[in-house]
Amino acid sequence: MDFPVVAVLAATLTIATPLVFGALGALLGERTGVLNLGIEGTLYAGAFIGFLVAARTGSLALATLAAVVAGALAGALMALLAVTLGVNQHVAGIGITLLLVAACDFTNRQLFGGGQQTVTEKFGRLFAGGGIVAQYPMTFVAFLVLAPAVWWVLRSTGAGLRLTAVGENPEAADTAGISVARTRWTALVVGGALMGLGGSFLTLSVLGTFTLDIVSGRGWICIALVIFGRWKVVPVVLGALLFGLFDALQLQLAITPAFGSIPNELLIALPYLVVIAALAVRGRGVRYPGAYLTAYRRA
Amino acid sequence: MAAARSGDVSSLRAAPLVELRGITKRFGSLLANDAIDLSVDAGQVLALLGENGAGKSTLTRILYGLSRADAGEIRIAGKPVTMTSPADALAAGIGMVTQEFTLVGPMTVTENLMLAGSPLGRVDRKAARARVLAASERLGVPVDPDAVVERLSVGERQRVEILKALLGDCRLLVLDEPTAVLVPADVDLLFASIRRLTAEGMAVVFISHKLHEVVDLADRIGVLRRGRLVADLPAEGLDPVAIAALMVGAAGPADADLPDDVVDEALATAVGLDGAAPSTQAGPVDQGRPAALQVTGLSLAGDPRPRLDDVSLTVRAGEIVGVAGVSGNGQTELVAALCGTTPVTTGTVRVGDAEVTGLDVAARLRAGLGRLTEDRRGSVVLGMSVEQNLVLEDLDRFRTGPFLSRRRVRAHAEALIERFDIRAAPGDPIRSLSGGNMQKVLLARALERDPTVLVASQPTRGLDVGACQYVYAQLRALRDAGSGVLLVSEDLDELIGIADRIVVLSGGRLVGEVAAADATREALGVLMTGSREHAA
Amino acid sequence: MRFVLRGREPRWLAAAAAGLAVVATLALTAGPIRLAGAAPVSAFERYVVSPLSTGNGIAEVLLAATPLLFTGLAVAIAFRVGYYNIGAEGQFLVGAMATTAVALALPDLPAAAALPLGLVGGALGGVAWAFLPAFLRRRAGIDEVVTTLLLNPVAVLLLQGMLNGPWRNPDTGFPDSATFGVGYRLPELFGSRVHAGLLVGLVLVAVTAVVMSATPLGVRLRAAGQSPAAAEFSGVPVGLLQWRSALVSGGLAGLGGASQVLGVQHQLTGSLAAGYGYTGVVVATLGGLSAVGVLAVALLLGDVQVGAQGASIALQLPSQMGGVLTSVLLLTVVAALSVRHYRLVRRTPRSPRPVEG
Repeated sequence: MDFPVVAVLAATLTIATPLVFGALGALLGERTGVLNLGIEGTLYAGAFIGFLVAARTGSLALATLAAVVAGALAGALMALLAVTLGVNQHVAGIGITLLLVAACDFTNRQLFGGGQQTVTEKFGRLFAGGGIVAQYPMTFVAFLVLAPAVWWVLRSTGAGLRLTAVGENPEAADTAGISVARTRWTALVVGGALMGLGGSFLTLSVLGTFTLDIVSGRGWICIALVIFGRWKVVPVVLGALLFGLFDALQLQLAITPAFGSIPNELLIALPYLVVIAALAVRGRGVRYPGAYLTAYRRA
Repeated sequence: MAAARSGDVSSLRAAPLVELRGITKRFGSLLANDAIDLSVDAGQVLALLGENGAGKSTLTRILYGLSRADAGEIRIAGKPVTMTSPADALAAGIGMVTQEFTLVGPMTVTENLMLAGSPLGRVDRKAARARVLAASERLGVPVDPDAVVERLSVGERQRVEILKALLGDCRLLVLDEPTAVLVPADVDLLFASIRRLTAEGMAVVFISHKLHEVVDLADRIGVLRRGRLVADLPAEGLDPVAIAALMVGAAGPADADLPDDVVDEALATAVGLDGAAPSTQAGPVDQGRPAALQVTGLSLAGDPRPRLDDVSLTVRAGEIVGVAGVSGNGQTELVAALCGTTPVTTGTVRVGDAEVTGLDVAARLRAGLGRLTEDRRGSVVLGMSVEQNLVLEDLDRFRTGPFLSRRRVRAHAEALIERFDIRAAPGDPIRSLSGGNMQKVLLARALERDPTVLVASQPTRGLDVGACQYVYAQLRALRDAGSGVLLVSEDLDELIGIADRIVVLSGGRLVGEVAAADATREALGVLMTGSREHAA
Repeated sequence: MRFVLRGREPRWLAAAAAGLAVVATLALTAGPIRLAGAAPVSAFERYVVSPLSTGNGIAEVLLAATPLLFTGLAVAIAFRVGYYNIGAEGQFLVGAMATTAVALALPDLPAAAALPLGLVGGALGGVAWAFLPAFLRRRAGIDEVVTTLLLNPVAVLLLQGMLNGPWRNPDTGFPDSATFGVGYRLPELFGSRVHAGLLVGLVLVAVTAVVMSATPLGVRLRAAGQSPAAAEFSGVPVGLLQWRSALVSGGLAGLGGASQVLGVQHQLTGSLAAGYGYTGVVVATLGGLSAVGVLAVALLLGDVQVGAQGASIALQLPSQMGGVLTSVLLLTVVAALSVRHYRLVRRTPRSPRPVEG
């Protein structure tokens, strides 16, 4: 039997794309000390808003922009609650996810309820027929623009230093004249925008439509990837590729006759279990950012 | 910008570099700063003295923009300025080194120093590194710009803090109790650095509660007490006893409730007269007495070196053994290992006749261990009431059937409140208690069970004189009643004053032992430093 | 000299904040409701008042509140000790699956044996699903938030896999399990659809309330959650309590799943994955992590849920507005409660005294 290596690797990159957006968005917030569990809902909102605007205007550019703005607003809501008001981050994040999912479902039902599935324009693949590099534009953005950019910002810029300082020791950052609140707000809003963009990839690039299970836990995967990657860009991206590889493999296995007897759902669950296993192995003794989950108040 | 400022200075020669006028700050009903007027000139060292809680830190936090005054103004070179954040202070040429270092542990020295005022865009590490080296030159002490801060010693971190202030075009450097964490040798280095800086024209505000250490460094001395500035004099030819009296308020009518000996002792401590602490020390303890606490070969692995290394010591019934050492040399780890909150790598711990190595906290408590740690607020559950905290270690004793008997808890709490003179009601939230009262709650909780041995770590840190004396009296009474006490402290006068013998911890190892009667600050200081260099 | 206490909040402040949050929730959701073509006032009346105006409506509210009682309690117990179990969703589903496994394996048991077995099976299923994250947390220090969250989609997939595979209904061919034997029906109460699962939930609420407020264990649990380090220092075995609470939490969620299939559906269906576990986080948080609070909030959200169904029929307002209302309420309440702290902490009397020159 010939194993379609190229197809699996190409699928790996496609599957990893929204995870790179989401995980790097989450990473930005967490490097400043804020865990944004709103990510699951933000991906969902990005997917839905992108779909909605594409369906209504037919413009993919507008749709993408709208998804980014929606994500940024979700990030701003998280910042308002967790940074400005000091609400428990777990509760605020879960609350935002519940709100965004319910609000999108409500709007979806109201606007697209009944009747058949609405299908929109979607991005085409660049280099079609080019094997592994036959990918959607956003995949190139994720791997060739976003990941290197975040890596560079964190490593070589004052903004990166500030982010790290605020997450490790907000008191020290404050003393150095860095506004803890502003830094965290910025990180959450930018991070939210990335999550929104990542969510829109699912509708505007992959599916061309919206389904209720379109995100199905990818946000939680992103949170796990950030821990797995110990808040560093390169291992986080590698983790996303690892998940993508297993997801691509299970998709391939599902259509391989020899594995036809295995329930499809168990195969779909495989990459989630791989991530949990990876966390169990690499999650030991990780060093969290010093101010993780901690609101900052000047004494 | 800098040129314009120096122009101001020359044109307004008469105005002091920094001037505080009528600074007032209130926390609830506590008047932390009461209309304070102070000024400091270029090239001058102003020492601010006062007991803990006198308002020194509040004043400097206001000066540095970390806290806002309710009233009053700050003038720089004669011009009023508003300080709403440290950025304002930095821009005005004020740098500060606080008691808690504000460094980012996982970052290098250079990265830490780049933080303030760095642009959002690309940063030039090479230039920053060169500036660090230049500043350390100015300080006269070498600092490795590429070292990761969390791996530096306390003295080195303090130097990084000072460098940080120096980089920002600083004309006034505020040092908040800089010597509290230093070994004597580091103190000398620090003072030498301060002299170099003032010779260049920098002004320094130096906060301390030890008069004897600042007399030869300071040009002027300001004394704060209960939020008020009670003296502001040239250091030249000052009367130490009078200053000490002002610091502790010996003459103040508000202190009529303090017994005379408390005042005398506080005076002596403040002035630093050797051997003045009245000691009811017993003679050498009979070696035949049973061991209350026996620690054998205790080690705790760490990176890069062990945090505790083969520590063996015995505390006999009826003696107080002091543990001296500079902060960060294994004291915290030793106390945690004894209390059972950190598992040890090797070694054994015995309390009385029972081996408790590997047992959990509850089992150690049952074996007769009492604890009083440096982190008071971390030893109580802040969200609970005084009475709940008082019974937390021993809840099952207050059970009726499966239920907790509120009545018996209340009665127990009331009895302890009475016996230990705790100024609180049983139902009060513990977070509302003052440091001294919280310490009394912890003392009550530990002593009420008649511990075989009490491990007390920094039991008087941050307490006022009266509360300190109360703690000393309780520790002595416990010793006299036949319990053992292990007293871990960074205050050498305290150790010399109340311990029977003193062991010295350095780099996680015990490096010496002296009988308290023979101990001097200098001898202990040598032990504390000497082996440090040996270990490094 | 004595310091006058600071930081004691007047009792009305929390209530006022909650009231403010309710008003804010109504204001924030009025816009979308109007946009959807309904009048906000009548919609709110549908959501909150209408369900309670008839006996049948009240029964439906109790029915809707029952699973939330279990998941809310499960989350509250875990959060109380500082174990952030956000996996009640998965534990609920696996509990229901375990009960189903029992019911399908032993279809002919009489009720006296079937119900206890089914309930215990469900609880054990929940415990099993909670085990891995709790174990990883205890043995390797791995953050339970991520692992419990990740297991939720896995549980949903497991449910779908079982329904599409081995448990597919042999009679209809639909992805639903076969209907359980008659022994596996929780008795119905008041001649309505309300079932004995509610009584089980109420008993658990009462037991939890008593344990938390009147026993040494309750004090230890609260201490462990509020200040783990201080509790550990005082001899409270925090890690052990968290481990046990994690499993108890999973068991409660699993019991909720069992109650739902034994009391309402009498078979396993995909519709069970309706977010009961996530809503449990809302119930626990709004209920202040107390058992009585969980009861009150579960009833409130049950009311809104029934109301949302009613409104979708009467006003053509999609029933998802119930979820929007609930989550907005959660966020406004936690925000309002924080604002209350914030003001108090920051309030410093600023004397307007002019600076003397």
